Amino acid sequence: MKRRDFLKSAGAVVASSAVTAPAIWSPAKAQARQETLLIVSESGPNNIDIHGVGTNVPGYEVSWNCYDRLISHEMKTVNGTPYYDRDRFKMELADDMNVGDMSVTFKLKKNATFHDGSPVTANDVKWSLDRAVSVGGFPTFQMGAGSLTKTEQFVVVDNNTVRVDFLKKDRLTIPDLAVIVPCIVNSGLVKKHATEKDPWGLEYTKQNTAGSGAYRVVSWTPGTEVVMERFDKWAGGAQPKVRRVVWRIVPSAGNRRALLERGDADISYDLPNKDFSELRNNQKLSIISTPYSNGIQYLGMNVTKPPFDNPKVRHAVAYAIPYQKIMDAVLFGLSKPMFGAPAGTKTEVAWPQPHKFTTDIAKARQLMAEAGYPNGFETTLSFDLGFAGVNEPLCVLTQESLAQIGIKCTINKIPGATWRTELNKKVLPLYTNVFSGWLDYPEYFFIWCYHGKNSIFNTMSYQSPKLDSMIDAAVDAAAINDTAKYETNVKGFVDLAFADMPRIPLFQPYVNVAMQKNVSGYQYWFHRRLDYRSFVKG
Amino acid sequence: MLRMILKRSLIAVPSLIGVIIVTFLLTRALPGDPAAYFAGPAATKEAIEQVRVKLGLDKPLIVQFGNYVADLARGDLGTSLTTGQPVATDIRNRLPASAELTLLGLIVSMLIAVPLGILAATKPGSLADHLCRVISTAGVSLPVFFTGLILVYVFYYLLGIAPAPLGRLDTFLSAPPRITGFYLIDSAIAGNGEVFVSSLKQLVLPAMTLAIFSLAPIARMTRASMLAVLASDFVRTARASGLSPATVIVTYAFRNAMIPVVTTLGMVFSFLLGANVLVEKVFAWPGIGSYAVEALVASDFAPLQGFVLTMAVMYVLLNLLIDILYGVIDPRVRIEA
Repeated sequence: MKRRDFLKSAGAVVASSAVTAPAIWSPAKAQARQETLLIVSESGPNNIDIHGVGTNVPGYEVSWNCYDRLISHEMKTVNGTPYYDRDRFKMELADDMNVGDMSVTFKLKKNATFHDGSPVTANDVKWSLDRAVSVGGFPTFQMGAGSLTKTEQFVVVDNNTVRVDFLKKDRLTIPDLAVIVPCIVNSGLVKKHATEKDPWGLEYTKQNTAGSGAYRVVSWTPGTEVVMERFDKWAGGAQPKVRRVVWRIVPSAGNRRALLERGDADISYDLPNKDFSELRNNQKLSIISTPYSNGIQYLGMNVTKPPFDNPKVRHAVAYAIPYQKIMDAVLFGLSKPMFGAPAGTKTEVAWPQPHKFTTDIAKARQLMAEAGYPNGFETTLSFDLGFAGVNEPLCVLTQESLAQIGIKCTINKIPGATWRTELNKKVLPLYTNVFSGWLDYPEYFFIWCYHGKNSIFNTMSYQSPKLDSMIDAAVDAAAINDTAKYETNVKGFVDLAFADMPRIPLFQPYVNVAMQKNVSGYQYWFHRRLDYRSFVKG
Repeated sequence: MLRMILKRSLIAVPSLIGVIIVTFLLTRALPGDPAAYFAGPAATKEAIEQVRVKLGLDKPLIVQFGNYVADLARGDLGTSLTTGQPVATDIRNRLPASAELTLLGLIVSMLIAVPLGILAATKPGSLADHLCRVISTAGVSLPVFFTGLILVYVFYYLLGIAPAPLGRLDTFLSAPPRITGFYLIDSAIAGNGEVFVSSLKQLVLPAMTLAIFSLAPIARMTRASMLAVLASDFVRTARASGLSPATVIVTYAFRNAMIPVVTTLGMVFSFLLGANVLVEKVFAWPGIGSYAVEALVASDFAPLQGFVLTMAVMYVLLNLLIDILYGVIDPRVRIEA
């Protein structure tokens, strides 16, 4: 090679790399950036169909945005943030909802089509609801929570009309039709991919969206990213502003924060509390914190075995928890306290609500002595390592505090994959956990967490016929709109739960969302995931 | 040569069988219950049982093992529950990402460590020797995820010269048409300069992280092995014959010192594949390391078994390659074999 040629080619290399170097400069890319919402989060979906076997929570987010339901919820405003309105429904695929005594009838929107252009018919609706109650696992179970269990309940009246028959009066039936599970699937398309072994076509919908929703998945690389594009013929509501959503999986929380602060990512919602409190203070991003609806982090005790079978011991523990320290040092104030209600406060017809216990070591010691444990005892305190960011400091503070009344705890860290198995065995003596219900009704929470039929969330194995009768009475009263009876029973079971204290509510966690200043339109939903349809990037 | 390759491959068969049995048993011995994990947060006992039957986990271990081996014989590694894809597809998609990163890290590390080691050996006790010692000690004592986070913090967050740690490419570029799966090679073949530059930029920080971690063994081994060779008779003879110091060191000494260095390289490459797990987490790199960790967290058996099996096959191939390299470097090895 001659010297001159070398210089020429070297010059060309420099010039070409100069053109490509600043990645954001090319106009086409700047345009793409403007129309795209870039979301970063810790983990991504494993299945984009909520009816699938073992679909994880990120998968619900895809389902929510890519499929429609018959009905959804209107918005109201809570603390300045749009918040789903539990009691007001809006039509999504349905044009009209007519609630009768023992059934509800839906007329479908005439112009609604699936992503492939085929119209949404009553047969699709029936097939989809049949699928939800038949596939087993979580979807079937969630349908059951609203007394939707049999395929005979879903009746095609004509091509455009569907009736859902009630098995019994249950006020959770209609709200349960607005959760993520009863999504309407393109039955014609999915049936083509169904096999004898897989009659519901779960293998196909696992990786392909077959809905009528506002977005559809255009590419999905598991563990890396999901790319979704707007479906311009969406009939479920006003056309969303964001054309493209790119959801990148960034496992390191530090990097998610760096991406937000450098302005490369638009939204992240699972950063540690410490990061959120610091981001909130430096004002560069908009931060929205909303309490989990119907959700509580609590300290649970196994009431079937000594020493926690003794209510006095449980009260002593409730007086020995360093509530305020947990709020300040673990949560950085980003949670709603569920303790220390002033002495005269009346019990409300609401859940969650704070109990009256506060940190009072002297009283706790006295209760321990009365219970026959003046010198305390030894036990283990377990937590889920999957949420170690909150759980570990919380347990260490509790351990220190309990030591002051003679309870020596060994901390038992359980990996996320095993946590549910261990909890299910119901042998852990003392542990912390979170429960949050999609349907925001006090009795729904209590059926799960306190009722003697011993669901897996009654982690304490708590049994109280008196409490059970009040929960059942509240459910019956709600079904026939007997407000007075309902309120008496709700107050009754809340009071009894606080008096018996099988589990000690600590705080109501917040959903924290951080986004760039030019991104708006965040809405809080019962499922706590993002609804892309309302976002605006300006 | 061909006979040697064949012989070595046959020797690997029993170890692969062992790996299959051990990984199968180990994954089953994990404390997690995949059925409970995948049945979701609000599942009842019945729902968990339904999932268990669907996953085939209700059958006795020996039946599960038989099914697994039968599938394996057909090249089916099973399906990952966390990503929902066949494990073989996942590994095929992700292995090039890890391999590209690891190889680049190893090359960078070699380019720094080998000259540094030679320099340290030719002038023991000098400033270069101390520098070599300090750099390699510091590199090996810093955990990789820590080095990675520091690099991201300084070069991306503070200085803004590195691209966002978001995997292999800029978010708004699409991957080059797949030929090898190595973005650098594929984009060069496709003649797409923009993608080539972008993927190179994305590679710089994670490759540096791996390189810093692996400097120590390579530099120390080069130094030790060079010291031994430089003290030997033939080097003294070469020097006495008046050959230039460069010829003595590079042509005579280094070639003889290379055997232990190549052995170390093989070992370093395999533990870099392991260290990758953490680096991939930090840089959101879609490689097989992060894949295996995700599977482990969910007690997802199939990808774990697939990962260990792939690794085992890679080790076997790597060792074979090193054996062949020995022969190229040192004819005596070839003759003895």
